[in-house]
Amino acid sequence: MSGSAYQDDRGNKDRSITNPEGQGTLTAYGKATEAKPAGGEAPFLIGDSMTGGYGSGADILHDCTIAVEEGQIAVIVGPNGAGKSTAMKAVFGMLNLRQGTVRIGGRDITDLTPQARVAEGMAFVPQTSNIFTSLTVEENLEMGAFLRRDDIRTTIDQVYDLFPILKDKRRQAAGELSGGQRQQVAVGRALMTQPQVLMLDEPTAGVSPIVMDELFDRIIEVARTGISILMVEQNARQALEIADRGYVLVQGSNAYTGTGKELLADDEVRRSFLGG
Amino acid sequence: MIDFLNAIVALSNFVLIPAISYGSQLALGALGVTLIYGILRFSNFAHGDTMAFGAMATILFTWWLQGLGVSLGPLPTALLALPIGIAITALFLLGTDRLVYQFYRRQKAAPVILVIVSMGVMFVMNGVVRFIIGVDDQRFADGERFIISARDFREMTGLAEGLALRTSTVITVITAVLVVALLFWFLNKTRTGKSMRAFSDNEDLALLSGINPERVVAITWIIVAALATVAGVLYGLDKSFKPFTYFQLLLPIFAAAIVGGLGSPIGAIAGGFVIAFSEVTVTYAFRKVLGYLMPESLQPDGLVQLLSTDYKFAVSFAILIIVLLIRPTGLFRGKAV
Repeated sequence: MSGSAYQDDRGNKDRSITNPEGQGTLTAYGKATEAKPAGGEAPFLIGDSMTGGYGSGADILHDCTIAVEEGQIAVIVGPNGAGKSTAMKAVFGMLNLRQGTVRIGGRDITDLTPQARVAEGMAFVPQTSNIFTSLTVEENLEMGAFLRRDDIRTTIDQVYDLFPILKDKRRQAAGELSGGQRQQVAVGRALMTQPQVLMLDEPTAGVSPIVMDELFDRIIEVARTGISILMVEQNARQALEIADRGYVLVQGSNAYTGTGKELLADDEVRRSFLGG
Repeated sequence: MIDFLNAIVALSNFVLIPAISYGSQLALGALGVTLIYGILRFSNFAHGDTMAFGAMATILFTWWLQGLGVSLGPLPTALLALPIGIAITALFLLGTDRLVYQFYRRQKAAPVILVIVSMGVMFVMNGVVRFIIGVDDQRFADGERFIISARDFREMTGLAEGLALRTSTVITVITAVLVVALLFWFLNKTRTGKSMRAFSDNEDLALLSGINPERVVAITWIIVAALATVAGVLYGLDKSFKPFTYFQLLLPIFAAAIVGGLGSPIGAIAGGFVIAFSEVTVTYAFRKVLGYLMPESLQPDGLVQLLSTDYKFAVSFAILIIVLLIRPTGLFRGKAV
């Protein structure tokens, strides 16, 4: 990773003494656990002019702004290496922000740890390793609701209503499911906190086109219940079609911003990013 | 027929019962190793000395209780001191974690570095224990020594062979069963236990689910302290307490954890018994048992002992190597590759 001697992997192949599988890579940057009040009218969730990078490395984001309104779908698209996922991780507190703020519902959460942001109503579905493979489907959902102390039964039922296949497989280890079903578990786990914002990092990566359409339908359904959705997508065209707001990032900065329809209609965006 | 019964009794007395009790102790030790491997992701070389520390803490407290004249009647006083021994060991491990391991966790150090770190911790613990209680054998068992002594058994049954059932054996087996049942219930049924399995499965996602990693780590150390102390005290009650023997226990314990499949709690228990039974069987002199079973003309002249007891560690080592060669993931498909 960063060339640190502590992470030197030499001699780390012997599984009879070391177990690197599932080891954490995330660094939680924030320190605070309480959000600060922030004034001003603003979108529901906004990562405002964020500049920063991983650890003490070079800046990846430059004055990048991402926002989503309540109950709407915002999509981040852009070429490979544009910093799409990085922008999303910055909003979730997994990046060292040197400038800019992150606010949710009028409160400043820039200094919060990712765990504390979960408590503030944010949920994040990573692109890979987004389920607990050795736990059953139902245990995955329970872990999603780890911070909740109230009765989670109704939320589990809601997730089963949204993804009926999960109900049949609830006693099965999540690692035994197909790619599309795993994504459903991942989204279901994130919904268990009853979040106000659901953040999805390429939810359709590696699933078939049919499953992809199905997943997009479900995501729209989730947005209709009033949950804001912030999503990074590789399939830019389909994603922009369902987006209320689209962000095109290039090299860590905002290149184009607009509603999904505007971006789809924009000649330059079409030519550069959507392949004509 | 009587000869056959005598053979069975002799076999039980010298092989089966000792192996069951030794196996329970190894299983408890291997459970601790496997938990650290699964959750903290490295093989803890300091585990043998953690057991020694736990046993030492319990012994010191037992002596204090004995000095006060407190006793549990037929049961060893050590059982009364056990919870306090566990608490002291838990504090000791949490302190070690704060002082040593936490730093490496913050650096996201590769697990192999933690293995070497644990070796350093092992040497320090080794020294601490010897410094406090000394290097010699310590006896702390009291109460009734036997539930059924060999002589009573002979008088009861009229057989030539005696079957001694020691208190420590029975306590070992009962405690081991209780502890294991409690551990499995905790890991599979409670919210905290599930969060530990989730953390073991996928640290990043656990963090994103709001599971506090430091809390998981702390609870793991506390459970490991309990397992190690119980294993250490039971071993000490059964045999005797000597820091060096606990250090040597590291090999059979690791062999048990790897044979069962690292990261698999059921595997650790199975592995413990496999190692214990092999060790005891291979180093037992079968002359007596065979003497009962075979006609006089065929009776063996030698001891019919495959290996001298001095070589008992060679047995665990051989099994360890065979398993790593033939089935590296262990009996229960752990994580070792």
